Amino acid sequence: MLFSDNHILSTILFTPLVGAVLLCFVPRGSANASRVIGNLFGFLGLIVSLPLLWKFQANSSAAFQFVQDLAWIPSIGAHYTLGLDGLSFLLVMLTTILGPIAILSSWSAIQKREKEYYLLLLMLQTGMLGVFMSLDFVLFYVFWEIMLVPMYFLIGVWGSERRLYAAIKFFLYTLAGSVLMLLAILAIYHSRGTFDIREILLHPFTTQYGQLEKWLFWGFFFAFAIKVPMFPFHTWLPDAHTEAPTAGSVILAGVLLKMGTYGFLRFSVPMFPDAAVKYRGILVALSLVGIIYGALVCMMQKDMKKLIAYSSVSHMGFCTLGIFALTPLGLSGSIIQQINHGISTGALFLIVGVLYERRHTRLISEFGGLSTPMPNFAAVYMIVTLSSLGMPLLNGFIGEFTILRGAFEVRWQWAAWGVLGVVLGAAYLLWLYQRVMFGSVTNPANENMPDLNAREYATLLPLVFLAFWIGIYPAPLFQVLDKPVQRIVQTVNPSYYVPSAPAPPAALSAPAGTVPAAAPTRGDQSTPSNARSVNVRAVKEGK
Amino acid sequence: MVANWPAALAATQQDFPYILPEVMLAFFGLATLLTDFLLEENQKSWNAVTAMLGVVFSGISLWLLHPVASEMNLRFGGMIVIDRFFILFGFIFLAATALVILLSARYMEIEGEHGGEYYALMLFSVVGMMFLACGNDLVVLFIALETMALSFYVLTGFLRGSRRSNEAAMKYVLLGAFSSGILAYGFSILYGLSGPPGSTNLAVIAIKVAQRPSYDLFVLLALVTVSTGLFFKIAAVPFHQWAPDVYEGAPTTITAFVSVASKTASFALLLRLFLTVFWSVRHEWVPLVEAVAILSLTFGNIVAITQNNIKRLLAYSSISHVGYILLGLVAAVNIDGSLNPRGLQAVMFYLLVYAFFNTGAFAVVILLRRKGIIGDDLEDLNGLMQRNPGAAVLMLVFLLSLVGIPPTAGFLAKLMVLWALIETGHTTLAVLGVIYILPALYYYFRMVANMWVREPTDSIRPIITLAQGLALTVAVAVTLAAGIYPEPFLRLASRSLLFPFGH
Repeated sequence: MLFSDNHILSTILFTPLVGAVLLCFVPRGSANASRVIGNLFGFLGLIVSLPLLWKFQANSSAAFQFVQDLAWIPSIGAHYTLGLDGLSFLLVMLTTILGPIAILSSWSAIQKREKEYYLLLLMLQTGMLGVFMSLDFVLFYVFWEIMLVPMYFLIGVWGSERRLYAAIKFFLYTLAGSVLMLLAILAIYHSRGTFDIREILLHPFTTQYGQLEKWLFWGFFFAFAIKVPMFPFHTWLPDAHTEAPTAGSVILAGVLLKMGTYGFLRFSVPMFPDAAVKYRGILVALSLVGIIYGALVCMMQKDMKKLIAYSSVSHMGFCTLGIFALTPLGLSGSIIQQINHGISTGALFLIVGVLYERRHTRLISEFGGLSTPMPNFAAVYMIVTLSSLGMPLLNGFIGEFTILRGAFEVRWQWAAWGVLGVVLGAAYLLWLYQRVMFGSVTNPANENMPDLNAREYATLLPLVFLAFWIGIYPAPLFQVLDKPVQRIVQTVNPSYYVPSAPAPPAALSAPAGTVPAAAPTRGDQSTPSNARSVNVRAVKEGK
Repeated sequence: MVANWPAALAATQQDFPYILPEVMLAFFGLATLLTDFLLEENQKSWNAVTAMLGVVFSGISLWLLHPVASEMNLRFGGMIVIDRFFILFGFIFLAATALVILLSARYMEIEGEHGGEYYALMLFSVVGMMFLACGNDLVVLFIALETMALSFYVLTGFLRGSRRSNEAAMKYVLLGAFSSGILAYGFSILYGLSGPPGSTNLAVIAIKVAQRPSYDLFVLLALVTVSTGLFFKIAAVPFHQWAPDVYEGAPTTITAFVSVASKTASFALLLRLFLTVFWSVRHEWVPLVEAVAILSLTFGNIVAITQNNIKRLLAYSSISHVGYILLGLVAAVNIDGSLNPRGLQAVMFYLLVYAFFNTGAFAVVILLRRKGIIGDDLEDLNGLMQRNPGAAVLMLVFLLSLVGIPPTAGFLAKLMVLWALIETGHTTLAVLGVIYILPALYYYFRMVANMWVREPTDSIRPIITLAQGLALTVAVAVTLAAGIYPEPFLRLASRSLLFPFGH
């Protein structure tokens, strides 16, 4: 019953919440009971999501699978509707994997008010899963906002020195974006009489809606741009990341930022395709600025955590670049890169957490030569660094390469600037590694640093495994993404799938949803094969 | 006149059951005064029980009126009207009163002012509120308003030994009398417009006002003076100056009562007047209400940021909530002048749930009161999470609701207002409405930060008595229920509008 196709999403969604409710009854002071229940339900959340792996059908003809649809507030037409497509499937899996890892990483790091801590982490987990699963605007918005509250407390209570400032800044920034989105959602209802996301995806807003499409696009844009965060809306991120406890940073970088890119992919692009095409120049420019600026700022950082925070700005710039290239390669590369960023940056924050727990400092200058006392740590850290900077055979390469190829199809200059970002990324990550790990131990406090313990292995090794898997055999991911990406491109950039070189006007106005001329095959591992029928000129003329 | 006495008496006897809720309240109010003499100093808590009985009996009589309220049911020669609008408001008043009584017992004991008059005055003020919601006649309405206001003047100054309380009462009386005067002036103009022969009946006045030429000077004068009086009562900018002082000085229980019950009652009057008498001049009052709403939102939110006293902070924030409710009223009128039910539904829903979560927030402040500490300084909240986690969690829920974060009732209330604004094409107002959520988040979360993040400055754990616990439970249950499954509450709000408002 709980795992039937109609209920499995609800089961996944509410398992962490059940844990949170149970935690309410744990007596205060029994810290270990809280830890055990927190970890148990975190892990249970992963277990209940595993059936999705074989139940999810990548080539299903239905747009959404596992749909559950109940009337929730009939007076205003809001429904409790959950469902998954390839895009949200991957993000849900990322969330259920990173969730328990983040919870496990807190075992010894959190030494005060454990009960509330685990309660909030589990609530956060439910909120994030709800965002990715919701197919109703009101439900989506409710989850989108609910999740801000636990994050505020995670930063505010368990953060470091400037935690209050960082927490309220995070809350204010994200809320500023989301309230405008709320208006856009209400305006959609006013115009179309429904809160059903599937309905709007099926019949998107086009230029015939005139100014409304433009306003709605921007209404949604700010919410997502702040969340991603795109330059210049990124200023909350370094503060929040730096002050948050390790688990908070892992979740923040690993999952929360993906909510922004998910929003672009689910709402901004396919629902307002003409506006997306019209403004892509600005958005790509902002992404490129973010990539380069984030990377340059990383070079200047003295604080490890802040450095990784700014690297998120740079890496998420790749994701938005891929999205607004509006080509299948760009889009699927972007989604893969989102997963990669969750894995690599999540792992990087765990690594900083390992060091912080031992030394209670994050300053790069405090470390040096750590590879001598901590050889195993050095190996894991090296792999994670290489995965983050895009080394072939590791996950980062697949994502960045696909994005850059997708961008190249449209404008080679975009790819060129992106490549510069990759180079800079390698520079600051390796330089950081060099300063922290290589050389001789200069600071006596570092001489007897213990190497990784079993629990730390348990948090890091799954991520290392995933990094290798995606780097070596990413085909399953591309397969899962094939259909959703195709749907998005057909809406926003229909001329892409037209085979003949100078696209005739009739083909340009071909209705969305028609079968693409070049049916995708699944031979190619790293790229969906419909990219073979690329018609770069048609894309350029099409806008 | 004399010849009509028997007929009038017969009619009164026949109509008597229709004012039973008010009669019950008045009866138990008087009873509280009498039984107070029989109680020893340490038994004064029984006064609260007597008053509570009054509320319960009044609630039962109100419930019995429910079946006859399905259509406009005019009684006492059209002086009062029993409709669903009245029933819903009646229940809001009674619920708020019950909550405040539950909170008062311990609080007034600490204050050492545990007299029966306190509860009697509360019940008398509710009599006034009830008649405000069901009155259909200028004289009834004015007397009801003064009954309510006079009781509140006394209650505000109830802490005889406290200078702040006395000062607040003085300010309240002076400004209140002034505003009542202006309102009475407006009523007199309305009476003048209704003639000849003059009538105080709202329905008659509405017809006469509708017959006046557009932009008629007298109608506008009546509109401006009546609105001024009403804006004062609901504490809308620029007639809000009394609110922060009264909120700060009054006993905290009365602060909660003023901010919820008195405001809701004044809104009942405002809605009835604007939607019947002044409906024909809606194109004149919509811009007026719009301006007042914008001013209230702006001023309330910005000034609240700098407050360090919880009661003052809540006073300014309640001014901003008035702004939101007024925006709902603006959105009740479509561009073509027809009625937009969603706007009114939003107003009703907002008032309904606001009564619970605002009282809840004050209830937590009341918990902090103990000998020597008023508990209204932001610092008094420090480390509440460690000292009394239950209270801290409840306060968090109430504050989230006040900001408008899901899954709380406050979110739905704001959502409804914004929705109605978008439907009626007031996009700019809607944008303004959501932008002002940000300062609200900031100042409400200053309290949250003190409760959850800061370390306790003293180790005393606030105790929750059974009565207070009950009040808090009810408040939080409604706040969450109306946020997670708001359907019944929304239905209640829209059903209360099944009467011929807006022609």
